[in-house]
Amino acid sequence: MTATSGKTILRRAGDRGWLIECADRHPAEVATSIRAQLWASGLREVVPAATTVLVVAENAAGMGKLAAGLRTVLDGSGAHRTGPPPGRRIVIPVRYDGPDLPEVAERLGLAPEEVARRHGAGEYRVGFFGFAPGFAYLDGVPESLRLPRLSSPRPRVAAGVVAIAGNQTVVYPGGTPGGWHQIGVTTTRLWDVTAEPPNRLAVGDRIVFEAVTP
Amino acid sequence: MTVTSAAPGRRTRPRHRPPGPGTGPRPAVLTVVQAGPAASVQDLGRPGMAHLGVPASGPADRRSFRLANRLAGNPEDTPALEATLGGLAITLSTSRHVAVTGAPAPLTVDGVPVDGAPRLWLRAGSVLAIGRPWAGCRAYLAVSGGIEAERVLGSASRDSLTGLGPDQVRAGAEYGLGPVRPVPAIPLELAFSVVPHGGPATVRFRWGPRHELFGAADRHRLTTTPWRVSAQCDRVGARLTGPPLAIGSVDLPSEGTVRGAIQVPPSGEPIVFLADHPVTGGYPVIGVVTDADIDLVGQTLPGDELRLAPVH
Repeated sequence: MTATSGKTILRRAGDRGWLIECADRHPAEVATSIRAQLWASGLREVVPAATTVLVVAENAAGMGKLAAGLRTVLDGSGAHRTGPPPGRRIVIPVRYDGPDLPEVAERLGLAPEEVARRHGAGEYRVGFFGFAPGFAYLDGVPESLRLPRLSSPRPRVAAGVVAIAGNQTVVYPGGTPGGWHQIGVTTTRLWDVTAEPPNRLAVGDRIVFEAVTP
Repeated sequence: MTVTSAAPGRRTRPRHRPPGPGTGPRPAVLTVVQAGPAASVQDLGRPGMAHLGVPASGPADRRSFRLANRLAGNPEDTPALEATLGGLAITLSTSRHVAVTGAPAPLTVDGVPVDGAPRLWLRAGSVLAIGRPWAGCRAYLAVSGGIEAERVLGSASRDSLTGLGPDQVRAGAEYGLGPVRPVPAIPLELAFSVVPHGGPATVRFRWGPRHELFGAADRHRLTTTPWRVSAQCDRVGARLTGPPLAIGSVDLPSEGTVRGAIQVPPSGEPIVFLADHPVTGGYPVIGVVTDADIDLVGQTLPGDELRLAPVH
């Protein structure tokens, strides 16, 4: 039920699933490598998360063969970090006037403008989607802006709210509860269930926030 | 934003057809007379979108759902109604074949009991009512031609976790019906729902992906405890009660989860993920119920006894 080969650990996740421990590779890159395989069309889900990728097949036949294929992708020549990281560079305009900005600034010992400047100076990476439809965890919040989550989440956060918690930032897809610190808002719709595809961001994309004046 | 996606917005279909004035044929409509405690529109859900945070959803008992559609002459993924604990009553504006599968329950047409045939010819204006099941909890009602419901992200499934999909089924709701389809000539006595109901149930599972975080005593306890389904069971998952496993708080980063996952929160009482489960979770998953047996968990009621049997 656990198959190890070199650094790659595959853990059985049900009749049709393997959970891959990504070791020193970024799950987004692993997911991209898997999706690039010809046989990936026989997969139902490829779900990168914080340190793992879940792979779910369409049916339970051939799980051993699938494991072998995954190991080839992970241990083979394509596994090494070469060339530029995958993903596009996307600029999102943000108005830094969120309701939590004054308190965030106070807790960090910074001016609100400086919090905005530092948040806007970073480049973030779409790590994975989770929690709710379209909720993309963006990694890369600078050390100086890291705060734990709110002690009590707000019941409903509007689409476009830009918030931070820990080393991650997010643009809320809308309608979900939210326990992150709201520092700004964007008018850019990143998640729209009536659009095809519904997501403007993809795992692996690099995100830059650009301050716009209110 | 520098990405200029030219993708056109997908239009969602209207929930029901407007009443047709003029000379056209009268639109065929299903009207909900009573919704019961929890009824929803389902098709086979939104698989393949977990990496965007979208649960697969779909019927809690897929086998019974597919059977209902087959009996009604529909493709298996045609939208149909999932009734929980009965209480669903509908009427059609035009006579059609309808099929009712899943939890066995008393059926009446205009108050008159009908026998247990899974398919019947429902005349326009008659009211078909599904009572409280004798065993199991979810019944499926498919109409020849299928019902027309709003599709979100390609599916008419109502996802109770995120609210995606059509609104919850309520009394007075109307759904258009697709073009009538011929029903297959199969012996109906063979078309009983194959998911067993009621009484102690043994459910098979595979160990993993995080069973190694549990001690031998806890793994043994998982497979020997007569677990009971608690009142906290819905389309998201079924919480089991029994002597808790000693897992405590494990610091595990969120990872992808599957239907059937047996997740163990710090309380030590397992939760079995069902159709509307979240796509990622941070509690360790000790095992995953087999595809073959997860539909049965989707039919369990609070108080039902469940035994977990490992397969290798």
